[in-house]
Amino acid sequence: MSLDTDESSSTPNLFAPRYKRVFTGRNGLAVSIVSSVALIGVLVALFFWAPGSATVRYYYFNGHYMWQSFVGHPKTGLLSVGKGFLTNIWMCLLCEVLILILGLGVAWIRVSRSPLLAPFRVLATAYTDVFRGVPLLLVVFLVGFGLPALGLGVLSSQSPDVYGCVALTITYVAYVAEVFRAGIYSVPNGQILAARSLGLTHGTIMRRVTLPQAVRTVIPPLLNDFISLQKDTALVSVLGAIEAVRAAQIYESTVFNGSGLVVASLLFLAITIPLTRFTDRLLDQDRRRRLASLS
Amino acid sequence: MSDVVLQLDQVVKRFGDNEVLSGVSLTLHRHEVVCLIGASGSGKSTLLRCANLLESIDAGTITLFGQSLNDERIDPDLVRRHIGMVFQSFNLFPHLSVLENILLGPVRALKRDREEVHAEALALLERIGLRERADDFPDRLSGGQQQRVAIVRSLAMRPALLLLDEVTSALDPTLVGEVLDLLRDLAANGTTMLIATHEMNFARDVARQVAYLDRGVLVEQGTPEEIFTRPRHESTRTFLERVR
Repeated sequence: MSLDTDESSSTPNLFAPRYKRVFTGRNGLAVSIVSSVALIGVLVALFFWAPGSATVRYYYFNGHYMWQSFVGHPKTGLLSVGKGFLTNIWMCLLCEVLILILGLGVAWIRVSRSPLLAPFRVLATAYTDVFRGVPLLLVVFLVGFGLPALGLGVLSSQSPDVYGCVALTITYVAYVAEVFRAGIYSVPNGQILAARSLGLTHGTIMRRVTLPQAVRTVIPPLLNDFISLQKDTALVSVLGAIEAVRAAQIYESTVFNGSGLVVASLLFLAITIPLTRFTDRLLDQDRRRRLASLS
Repeated sequence: MSDVVLQLDQVVKRFGDNEVLSGVSLTLHRHEVVCLIGASGSGKSTLLRCANLLESIDAGTITLFGQSLNDERIDPDLVRRHIGMVFQSFNLFPHLSVLENILLGPVRALKRDREEVHAEALALLERIGLRERADDFPDRLSGGQQQRVAIVRSLAMRPALLLLDEVTSALDPTLVGEVLDLLRDLAANGTTMLIATHEMNFARDVARQVAYLDRGVLVEQGTPEEIFTRPRHESTRTFLERVR
C-alpha cells in the first residue's frame, strides 16, 4: 500500500445525505419540539385511557385530599404531611453534618500510615465494608428495635427520630468515607512529592495540600449522596417517627385516600430536583475545566 | 567544616528486578553546579529523588553535611528542609495563590514568622519579575512563569542545595529561555545545584562538573570541556552525537 496521500480523486462530495439533514441545523429545534410533544402526549394519553384511570386519579391525585393531607386537620386529629416533611428536613441536615465530619475522619484513618493507628485502620476498613453492604432498611430496623431492646439506659430510651438518625448516619458515613478516600487518592502524586520535598510533615500535607484539592473534586459526588440521604429519611417511617411518609400513611388509613403519598413525593421532589440540577451544573463545569486544562 | 554538601557513595537503587542505579558515586561542593546528562531512563531522576529521600536506596551511602542519611535516627522531613527540589511538571499547588505557594514551606515546615516570609517572598517574586502576579493562581500563569515560581518556592526555604529534575522538559521551546536564565543567575550567585538536564548548551555554560549516566552507571564525570569536547568513553560520544 502506498504511503502517499490520495491524489487520484477529483473534488470529493462533502454534503450530508438527505435523511441526516432533516435532523440538523435549523430543523433541529422543530424536530425536538415535535418529538417532545409526541412523547409526552403518548404518556398522558396512556394514563387517561387506562381502565383504572379514574380510580387512580381519585385515590392518588385528588386535589381536595392532597391539600387536606398537606395542611392536616387538627380538629379531626389528621396529621399534616407538610409538617411531617419538616422532620425529614431537619433529620437530613443534622445527619449530613455528622456524616461529613465522621466520613472525613474514617477516610483520614484509612489513608493514614502511622503504625499507632494500625488497629483503627483495620476497624475502619471492616466498618466501611460492612455498612456499604447491608441494606439501609435493615440497619434502620436493627438500630431502631435493637438498641431499645438492649436495655442500656439512655442509649435505649431515645425517640424513633434519634434512632433513625443514628441508622442513617452509620450507613452514610461508610459511603461518604469512600468518596473522600477516592478524592484523596485522586490528588496527583506530583503534588505530594512537591509538598514532601518542602519538608512538610504527613499531617500538614494532608491538611494543606491533599484535602483542599480532594474536597473540591468530591463535592459533586457528595451532593449526590446528600440527595439520596434526603430521600432515605423516609425509611425512618418504619420506626414510627412522624415524618412525611408516615403522616401520609396515617392520613391514608384514616380517610381512605392516598393523595397524601403523592403530596409527600412532591415535597421530596421540590428539594431533590433543584439539588440534582445544581450538582449536574457543578459536574459540567468541572468537566469543562478539565477539558480546558488539557488543551 | 568541609565544603562538601552532598556525597553519594556507591548508591544502588532497584525497582523490583530492575536496577536503576548501579553503584553511583558523586560529590557536590558548596557553590558548585553539577549537571547530570544521559538518555531518558538512565537514572537521573531517581538519583535526585534518592538524594532527598523521596526514594530509599538499596545499598551505598548518601551523606549530607557529613552526616549519613542511612542512619535510622534521621528525620526525612528535616533533611528535605535543607534540600530544594524542582520538578519537570512544576507541581505548584493549584488551590493556592502564587504567594501562598511560596509561603507554605517556610511558614508551615520551618515555622517562620509569616510577615517576615511574606516580605521575602515578594522580594523573590520581584527578582523574577512576577511581583504583580503574587495573588494569581498558578493556572493563570504560563509554563515558564510557573516553573520560575516553583524555583522560587524552593529558594524560599533557603536550602543548602537545589535539585532540578529536567525543569525545562515540559516547556514550550519559547519558554525554556526564561527558566534557564534564572538558573544561570542563581549559578552566578553561588547557589549549589544538582541539575538533571537535556539542555547541553546550558550544561556546558553553567556546570562546574558534568556527569554522564547510562543505564544506572555513572560512565564518566569531568569539566564541561572534558565531557563535551574530549569524551573518553564510546557511549558518552555516541550519546552526545545523538543529542546534537
